[in-house]
Amino acid sequence: MKELVIHGINTDIMNDFISLNHGSGGKLSRDLIERVFVTRFGISEPLTDSAILNDSGFTLAFTTDSYVVDPIFFPGGNIGKLSVCGTVNDLAVSGADPKYIAASFIIEEGFPVNDLKMIAESMAEEAFKAGVRIVTGDTKVVEKGKCDELFITTSGIGILKSGMEYLSTGGLIKPGDKLLINGPLGNHAISVLGARNKLSFSTPVTSDCASLNHLIKRVLQNCKEIRFMRDLTRGGLATVLNELTGMIGMGITLNEDSIPVDEPVKGLCEMMGFDPLYLANEGKVLIVAGAGEEKRVLDILRSDPLGKYSEIVGEIIPDKRKFVILNTSIGGKRILDMMSGLQLPRIC
Amino acid sequence: MKYIDEFRNIDLVRKLTELIYKSVIHDYTFMEVCGGHTAAIHRFGIPHLLPENIRLISGPGCPVCVTGTEFIDKAIAYSKMEEVIICTFGDLIRVPGSISSLENEKAAGADIRIVLSGLEAFEIAKINTEKKVIFLGIGFETTAPGTAVTIKLAEKDNVKNFFLLCAHKIMPPAMEAIIKGGTNLDGFICPGHVATITGSDIFDFIPGKFNLSCVITGFEPADILQSILMLVRQVNRDDPKVEIQYNRAVTHEGNILAQRHLSQVFEPCDELWRGFGIIPGSGLRLRKEYEKFDAEKTMPVNVKFREEDALCICGDILRGLKTPEDCALFAKTCIPEDPSGACMVSNEGTCNTWYKYRHNE
Repeated sequence: MKELVIHGINTDIMNDFISLNHGSGGKLSRDLIERVFVTRFGISEPLTDSAILNDSGFTLAFTTDSYVVDPIFFPGGNIGKLSVCGTVNDLAVSGADPKYIAASFIIEEGFPVNDLKMIAESMAEEAFKAGVRIVTGDTKVVEKGKCDELFITTSGIGILKSGMEYLSTGGLIKPGDKLLINGPLGNHAISVLGARNKLSFSTPVTSDCASLNHLIKRVLQNCKEIRFMRDLTRGGLATVLNELTGMIGMGITLNEDSIPVDEPVKGLCEMMGFDPLYLANEGKVLIVAGAGEEKRVLDILRSDPLGKYSEIVGEIIPDKRKFVILNTSIGGKRILDMMSGLQLPRIC
Repeated sequence: MKYIDEFRNIDLVRKLTELIYKSVIHDYTFMEVCGGHTAAIHRFGIPHLLPENIRLISGPGCPVCVTGTEFIDKAIAYSKMEEVIICTFGDLIRVPGSISSLENEKAAGADIRIVLSGLEAFEIAKINTEKKVIFLGIGFETTAPGTAVTIKLAEKDNVKNFFLLCAHKIMPPAMEAIIKGGTNLDGFICPGHVATITGSDIFDFIPGKFNLSCVITGFEPADILQSILMLVRQVNRDDPKVEIQYNRAVTHEGNILAQRHLSQVFEPCDELWRGFGIIPGSGLRLRKEYEKFDAEKTMPVNVKFREEDALCICGDILRGLKTPEDCALFAKTCIPEDPSGACMVSNEGTCNTWYKYRHNE
């Protein structure tokens, strides 16, 4: 007799084992975090890039991130630079001034000391550029095959001006607010993919890996109406926008034509079936600015080398369904959903 | 980007759309057979540009979607054998089998690797001589020649640890099955990549025998809109024939070399299509002289497979009889992260595409 498998109404998308999809930054990652950790740790605050902590009159932003990028060296950076930029950016988009970083290293037996020196060197260089200090750390060595070369975990502390907490949650966002990004999307993911030797040709794409804290500070100092910021890492712009509409209960329209994507990235996306709107970046930020303020923000962004190709890409609209609607380049419309599953594993 | 930007030119798109609006005189239903077309149509928001009396329905042209549960079950059974490496296209990894998917098995420890071609799997076989490497061959006339070439290479290099679990299929018999199955159609947006290999002539039987229009179509927005215009005009003139819109890639005779590889390595067989059942002559199996590379022949497995979810209507969707919105599971219990049916799995699957681009619109 044939048995029928009928699924219950409550979908349980957690399986018995962790799959790579749980690390994609999309729906499954969120599900993992919420069902396994948030409930057990008793976290009631919204899940933002940094925790905002009020204690004894200070407001601190605190964040942590692990880096498992494969390969550890890629055009435009390496795992060390990435680990500093990533943590600096998580703090900066919360409106905080990044100050201190802790770095932990899980090293595979047999890893070349020279490579480790190079990686530490670029971490120091990036920390110097960003104006943060790496103040504590830890090393563990595991047997060959128990980790892949090198994994780094960085944690960071930044100081937040009081009254800036709304930047992480988008609490002040209103319909009509404008969306800006500071340059072309997808370069990090594609450069890592190219470096992975999975492709039988080389790509001229360099990772956008960079610390954005100085750029962000300039924007915050010169523009009053900054409502929200988020770095566009795993899951890309599409995922961040869907998280945002979920938080604020409004919709977004996005204009495909105005979203910058470099030609080689476009080409590779066409070939591999990737969508640049879902690809990870490591030096890109989404800024939501009050209507009327967007030109000013754009000018400030464009005057910085890290924002030279900034664009205004969309707008907040009232929409209870909380949709992100993309006006396609040919004049059509479609819904841009959150990424489900993964485009590429281990890109950060 | 050359050969892309020209075909996404908004002025051209507007002109074509205007012409379509001017040409329509009644209702039209066209089926895009190829999953690549389904994905492009939704990615660019083409339904939004068309007059309401043009209905586009999606056909069986996503290789992942039409791959039977039994095939996945067999692949899983092989993946559980000692010393076996399964190589698969990425799309297949999440397709639900009877009780598991390749993705779940991979997470549980099976050696399952994602490859971009049969040749990549072949390279894995050459450097893992102590293992048996099984390539999951799926796809139509588009991917099958690549598999054929790989098999020939394995023969030439005398590689003994490379095997094929084959579910390659060919398109024309499925199109005939759709027509005979009673789907109400005015014409086909024919698969451009398939036709690049086969040539356009293999579709001649459709206007000849069934009086339906065919336009072989490229994959950019202007291609698709121009083809819809050509189909509308054919229907208006009541002059069904096979026209080639995608003439930068497709000829009448096709890619002779690829066809030769195909016919030297494979022979037609009856094949199971998810949602259709067995379609006579619609599959490809290895010819006798290459049977030693056939995983099922050299190391047969028995799988007991369970019926697909009783409520899943992938079959009717693949035949163009229903749309995802007719399905009780769609976007409720059947979602891309946990698909009940194959159409929700692949990027080219109708349900997946609807979920991503249209649901709740």
